[in-house]
Amino acid sequence: MAYSPKVVEHYEKPRNVGTFGTQKEIHERKDVGVGLVGAPECGDVMQLQIKVDDDGKIEDAKFKCFGCGSAIASSSLATEWLKGKELDEGLEIKNTQIVEELSLPPVKIHCSVLAEDAIRAAIADYKEKNGIASDTKAHSH
Amino acid sequence: MAVTLPIYLDHAATTRCDPRVVDAMLPLFTENFGNPGSRNHSFGWNSEDAVDTARRQVADLIGADPKEIVFTSGATESNNLAIKGAANMYARKPAGQTGRGHIITAMHEHKAVLDPCKRLEKEGFDVTFLEPGTDGLITKDMVESAMRDDTILVTVMWANNEIGTINEIPEIGALCHDRGVVFHTDATQWVGKMPTDVKRDNVDLLSLSAHKMYGPKGVGALYVRRRRPRVRLTAIQEGGGQERGLRSGTLNVSGIVGLGKACELCAEEMDSEQQRLLKLRKRVEDKISASLDVIQVNGHADKRLPHITNISFGFVEGESLMMAVKDVAMSSGSACTSASLEPSYVLKALGVGDDLAHSSLRISFGRWSTEEEADFAADKIIEAVGKLRELSPLFDMHNEGIDVSKIEWNTH
Repeated sequence: MAYSPKVVEHYEKPRNVGTFGTQKEIHERKDVGVGLVGAPECGDVMQLQIKVDDDGKIEDAKFKCFGCGSAIASSSLATEWLKGKELDEGLEIKNTQIVEELSLPPVKIHCSVLAEDAIRAAIADYKEKNGIASDTKAHSH
Repeated sequence: MAVTLPIYLDHAATTRCDPRVVDAMLPLFTENFGNPGSRNHSFGWNSEDAVDTARRQVADLIGADPKEIVFTSGATESNNLAIKGAANMYARKPAGQTGRGHIITAMHEHKAVLDPCKRLEKEGFDVTFLEPGTDGLITKDMVESAMRDDTILVTVMWANNEIGTINEIPEIGALCHDRGVVFHTDATQWVGKMPTDVKRDNVDLLSLSAHKMYGPKGVGALYVRRRRPRVRLTAIQEGGGQERGLRSGTLNVSGIVGLGKACELCAEEMDSEQQRLLKLRKRVEDKISASLDVIQVNGHADKRLPHITNISFGFVEGESLMMAVKDVAMSSGSACTSASLEPSYVLKALGVGDDLAHSSLRISFGRWSTEEEADFAADKIIEAVGKLRELSPLFDMHNEGIDVSKIEWNTH
C-alpha cells in the first residue's frame, strides 16, 4: 500500500516530537495536559501533550507515537493544528479533517480517530488538573 | 561494491525466476507447444518427453520415484489435495457423519494447511492444532501425545515460513509409520534449500512450490508415496484423468519444465548456497544484536533455515519500520494494513507478546543476495529503529523504568 505524499512528509520530518518532561513531571505539571491513547497490542500508542499559557491558549504541543506511518503523521499534524488554539477550539478538530488533510485510506482511519482521542484526552487532562469543568470526554471504543 | 536499490530481501515470499529457468521454459511456448495428452503425434510426444524430464528432476531433488510426483498449480493446491484427499480416502465414517477421524496439525502452519483442516472440521473430522514451543518447534513428542486411536492424518510443515524454524520431520514421520497414520508435510520453504530424502525422512505426502526456489509462479508438485506404505488420495479436481487421475487438467508444460530446471539447479548448488546464505543471515543478526538492545531473534537459535530470520524490535511498530527502510523489501509480522490490526498469529503461537509481535521484521535471503546488501539492510534497520525509538512513548517509559506491560491500556 502506498502512502500519500503528505503522510510521507510528516513521517520523514515529524513536527513537534518530544515531551515537556519525564512521565512523572508531565503528570504533575499543571500547565501541561497529557493524552495517552491506544495500546501496544493494537500496534498504536499516541502520547500528545499540550502546554497552556495563562490566558488558556495552547502555546505549545508535543507528541510521541508508537505506530504506523499514518499514526505518526496524524499525531504530528494534530500538534501543528493545536498550537495557538484556545482549548475549546482544539476540541473542534475532527478526525475527518485529519483524514482529508493526509488523504488517509479507509484502513488507516483509526489512526485519525486515535489522534482526535489524544487531543480530547490531553485537553481533558489539563482541565481536570486546573479544576475547569469539562463536558467532553475521550471517545471510548 | 555498491548496492543497487531497491534491495530484495523477501525470498520467503517469492524469488526471482532464474534466467536459466526462463531459457528452459521459452521453447515450450512457441515451438514445443504440444499437449502431452496427445498420444498420436510428435507434438504430443515431444511435450510428454519434456514433462518426463521435469518429473525426474523434481523426484531427484527429494529422493522420490518420478511416478510419485503429481504436478499442481503450487503448494496451496498440493496442500489441499494432500489433506482433503487423504482425509476423505481414510475417513472412518462416510460424509455427512461426525467422528470421521482425527487429524493433527499445528497452530502456526501456513493458511493453506490451516484452512483445509478447518474445512474438514466442519465436515465431521476432529482436528488438533498443536501449540508450538516458545522456540517455534513441533516435536515428535508433541505429536505423540496428541495421537488417538482414530488419528488418520498428521500434517506438519517442514520449516516455518515466517520464522524459518525446522520441525522434527523424520522423527514425526517414523512415529506416523509406526502407528499406520498418513504423514503430510508442507515443505514449501524447505525443499531446494535443504537436503531432502522422502524415503529416509519417512514422509508420505510432501508439498512443494516452484516460485520459492527460483522457478515460475503457478506451478508446484505433490509427492505421493507409492510403496511402504502406498498412500491413496481422493482427487479434488476431476476431468481428463491426468496425473494418474489425481489432478485432472491439461498439464502446465512450460511451468512444469521451469519447476524441473529450478529443482536441478537447486540440487547442484545446494551445499555451497546453504553455507553462503547462513553467513548472510548471521551477519545481519550479529550486526543488529551488537547495535540495539531490547530485540529478539524469534524461534530456535539453531534449528532454523539458513536464509530466513525474524527479529522483533521492542518499542517500534513494524510497519513504520518498513517505511523507514523503504529501499529494502522485507516483510513485517504486523498486519496493521488489514482492518483487524492483528499481529502475526505465528509469533502469537510462540508466545511472543503482542507488543513485540507488532514490531517484527522477516528478512529472507536468496541466490543473488550479497554481503553488501546484508550490511546495507542491517545499517538501515539500526538507523531506523534508533529514529523510531526517539519517537516512541513506550521507549521513554522503558527508559524511565516504567513497565509498559503493567499499564492499563484503553484497548479499542
